[in-house]
Amino acid sequence: MKTKISVNNTTHELAMDSRTTLLDALRDVLGLTGTKKGCDQGACGACTVIVDGQRVLSCLTFAAACEGQHVVTIEGLAKGEELHPMQAAFLHCDAFQCGYCTPGQILSAVCAVREVHEGVPSHVTRDVRQTVNVATLTDEEIRERMSGNLCRCAAYPNIVAALRQVLAEEVRS
Amino acid sequence: MKAFAFERLARATDAASAVAARPGAMFLAGGTTLVDLMKVDVLTPETVVDVRPLGLSSIDVSDDAIAIGATVTNSQLAWHPVVRDRFPVLSEAILSGATTQIRNMATVAGNILQRTRCTYFRDVHALCNRRQPGSGCDAVDGFNRGHAVLGVSEHCIATHPSDMCVAMAVLDADVYTVRRDGATRSIPFRDFHLTPGDTPHVEVALEHGELITQVVISNLPAARRSHYLKVRDRASYEFALASAAVVLDLDGDTIRAARLALGGIATKPWRATEAEQSLTGRKATDSTFRDAAEIALAGAVARQHNRFKIELAKRAIVRAFANAREAKV
Repeated sequence: MKTKISVNNTTHELAMDSRTTLLDALRDVLGLTGTKKGCDQGACGACTVIVDGQRVLSCLTFAAACEGQHVVTIEGLAKGEELHPMQAAFLHCDAFQCGYCTPGQILSAVCAVREVHEGVPSHVTRDVRQTVNVATLTDEEIRERMSGNLCRCAAYPNIVAALRQVLAEEVRS
Repeated sequence: MKAFAFERLARATDAASAVAARPGAMFLAGGTTLVDLMKVDVLTPETVVDVRPLGLSSIDVSDDAIAIGATVTNSQLAWHPVVRDRFPVLSEAILSGATTQIRNMATVAGNILQRTRCTYFRDVHALCNRRQPGSGCDAVDGFNRGHAVLGVSEHCIATHPSDMCVAMAVLDADVYTVRRDGATRSIPFRDFHLTPGDTPHVEVALEHGELITQVVISNLPAARRSHYLKVRDRASYEFALASAAVVLDLDGDTIRAARLALGGIATKPWRATEAEQSLTGRKATDSTFRDAAEIALAGAVARQHNRFKIELAKRAIVRAFANAREAKV
């Protein structure tokens, strides 16, 4: 079957078996291997991509269900040679070891920071009626918001630091 | 994965017709249950009908109710300012489940129709009456630490996994559907899910091809003092061992009315009506809540590995009510 998908601002018309997941379409059809296949069953978050502005799991998404949607992968984050602030923060904070989960972590973190700026609550927010404030955001909040991305090297403290760095930069600017 | 035909249709009745006409057809929404179970051959639809293009994705707020479209995502609903304000128990329940990525995909209708996480249901080599009627149940005498103690039968002890549904149950939501001939109906939440009994494979009160279009929650001023408490093995991203959704209507320190629903311990989102009634007119103390908890779990049936859930659930109930009592509203 044919599906039209926009990936990193380029529209592709793909002819695929209906069983093809977005993850496999990105990696095997489009050659965008930055998106990683970890568990392939929605548990690890390595395959996280951004679809129509929201972070989702590409391994549990049929590519055919993405007709007309806009996908951003790790390859679409930098502007030419200029890294996205979250990519730069991961480097600066040494927020990875083996690197396999990193593309998913970074895309998830980009959305997590935006969600914090939007003020939406998480499970650990004391009162869901309150608007979350960047200045008073706890590490517990960052960890909860990133709990969909596992890191078997356990780089978690440095991942939290990378999000903090970006949040601080954005508040300053 | 077995091969299937993929269809996207524009109208709800067309989608209902497409599924109703074929026994092997299924609706697809967010995919977090269906795609997962298709990968392990537990679900093998011949046709998959994507319901996300049907335009059922809005949240309509009025003074007396909130109408939630079937394909509204769990994130949209949990983050909605009116939901957070009027029905904090619903926001809290949704936010306690899964992860942001999954909540961004999962829909309201899909959450209501999600399947059990019983490992024997998910393993095609195991015996499971829910997956294969009449085959037997490997959970009854198997590793059943996560299994249900309420609403069980000798044929199935699978836990209903949803957090959101426990809040929907406590709020008396109504599920609206449409059939292929265009006929619509609404199903009260407490009648929507079925206990397993002799027919564990019949999980919900829907006909094949009947499509959920929206879920409506009528205003409940008391729900401003509502709360969801979830107990689990990990701090995040884990299903409930026991959970409690409560609504507490107080007149000073006296309970005018209370509502209680339980998750993680029952075969369907579990409304504890008798326990609720026992609270009316009593002082809102922990010992009052403990009395209600005893009533709520009176009918519990434990297996080899899940006896701890009975006491855990009682304590969760007491804590949930106590938290609601202390909440600023």
